[in-house]
Amino acid sequence: MTAHVAPHVAPAALAAYAAGTLGPDPATTWTIEVHLERCAQCRARLGELAAPPLRALLDDTRTTILAKARSGPRPVPRSPLQGRLRRWRLRWTGWSVLGWAAMTCSAILAAVLLDWNYPDRPSVVLLLAPVAPLAGLAVTWSHRANPAWETIAGTARAGLELLLRRTLAVLALVLPPLTVAGLALGRNPALWLLPCLTFTAATLLLGSRIGVPLASALLGGGWLAAAGAVTFGHGSASATAPAEALIRAETMPAWAAAAVVLALLTALRADHLRNPATWR
Amino acid sequence: MVRAVSADEVAPSRHAWPIEAAGLSVKAGRHLAVDGLDLRLGTGVHGLLGPNGAGKSTLMRALATVVRPHRGTLRLLGIDATAGRALRPVRARLGYLPQQFGFYPRFTVRDAVEYMAWLREMPSSAVPAAAQQAIDRVRLTDRADAKLKSLSGGMLRRAGIAQAIVNEPDLLLLDEPTVGLDPEQRVEFRELIRELGADSCVLVSTHLVEDVVAACTDVVLMGDGSLVFQGVPADLIRHGETGGVGDSPAERGYSVLLHRHRDAA
Repeated sequence: MTAHVAPHVAPAALAAYAAGTLGPDPATTWTIEVHLERCAQCRARLGELAAPPLRALLDDTRTTILAKARSGPRPVPRSPLQGRLRRWRLRWTGWSVLGWAAMTCSAILAAVLLDWNYPDRPSVVLLLAPVAPLAGLAVTWSHRANPAWETIAGTARAGLELLLRRTLAVLALVLPPLTVAGLALGRNPALWLLPCLTFTAATLLLGSRIGVPLASALLGGGWLAAAGAVTFGHGSASATAPAEALIRAETMPAWAAAAVVLALLTALRADHLRNPATWR
Repeated sequence: MVRAVSADEVAPSRHAWPIEAAGLSVKAGRHLAVDGLDLRLGTGVHGLLGPNGAGKSTLMRALATVVRPHRGTLRLLGIDATAGRALRPVRARLGYLPQQFGFYPRFTVRDAVEYMAWLREMPSSAVPAAAQQAIDRVRLTDRADAKLKSLSGGMLRRAGIAQAIVNEPDLLLLDEPTVGLDPEQRVEFRELIRELGADSCVLVSTHLVEDVVAACTDVVLMGDGSLVFQGVPADLIRHGETGGVGDSPAERGYSVLLHRHRDAA
């Protein structure tokens, strides 16, 4: 920046400025001050020109500050890497996410075991996978589950930005186990990763209107109840299970299109996510 | 080195009142806790007094933009605080200590304060120094790297104050900040808010009338969700000269004003 502010203040003008004899025209003063703000070299020159009483005052101040720095508490050593990791964790993940992640992973594991033991029944993993991240979203953006919600909800970053960070953290925790589950069952994991994203985007969009916890309860509970009732309600009529019918290679373009549309609509409603009511 | 003052620091404000509410109603659950409140607060330290259930905390929440007003207008720092789009710049210049300061028990004091500085959109390079300064100001320097769960009630309250002042807010809202502080700490706290109130608007909600008289430039008394009295502490004391219940003139003034309000209602 300093490269663009040359030429420096003329010595005579600087001396007059330091002595306070520059004259009544404020424009001359401003010109010098604007330059001084950006030029460390001229500030140093000005420091040398300062009147003796001012220099004595500055010397005293410096001595006092140094004395305080010596007698005060010692700075805490912290390795840069540790500090960076800590900051990274604070910014991206919520606090209560760990308990929820354990719960979701065990649910996925149980579903995989069920699918393994009853290969001729409709897949439970397929039923569970699209809505697996929703519980995490509800936990991280809830005024009940998050003890710090009141301090966080009124900050500048609360809104789409923070919610997206939380969503990415949740997805990063859910998608790997789902991928492994898919590979273990010999299916293409992309089949349920895409519906997973669609449901997440739908939750964010609905959440901007009625609150994220309520939206995930409605969408997740609704999907599980509706698809589960049809799948397991009729016993042997399992060939027409909605999860199997809806999540096929042929329906993937529709899921992708829905995910994109829902994500765009969410971005348009970003202002509404600042509303504290989205934490309800 | 001589420090130059940048243009941002001397820019004039374009609003008359940091807090300007007209006909403000705020719901707590289904109940209308703040009902048709008109309030204008300028720079300085304002003490918010009132009995339990008068709507103090609900008002603080609305001012902290944590609850959206039900009716009426609310302008904070000259910006309409009921519109979603405008909230971001207001929230960056706000500091808030809730009545229940909930925080992650595994955070250290420094983590909590730095996290809040980041959430309030301070530039990353300024965060560590600002956090250290805020911790020093509430005298928690020796416990800066202690986990929040290991702190006593008074220390936790001071950590809460530190996270509220870290971004040097133009509008600082403290909901019962002196709960759990011992007498010496309360005196230090009064000094701190007097300092902060020199160039920003500080609103302190409290039950302790003597805190308000000692540290505030202005008294706001609330009852049943509406404004009962607004004036300087000397006015409150003057009302107490004619009777009322309490141990000090200010406490008697408080009870006189509340009784008068209840009789009128």
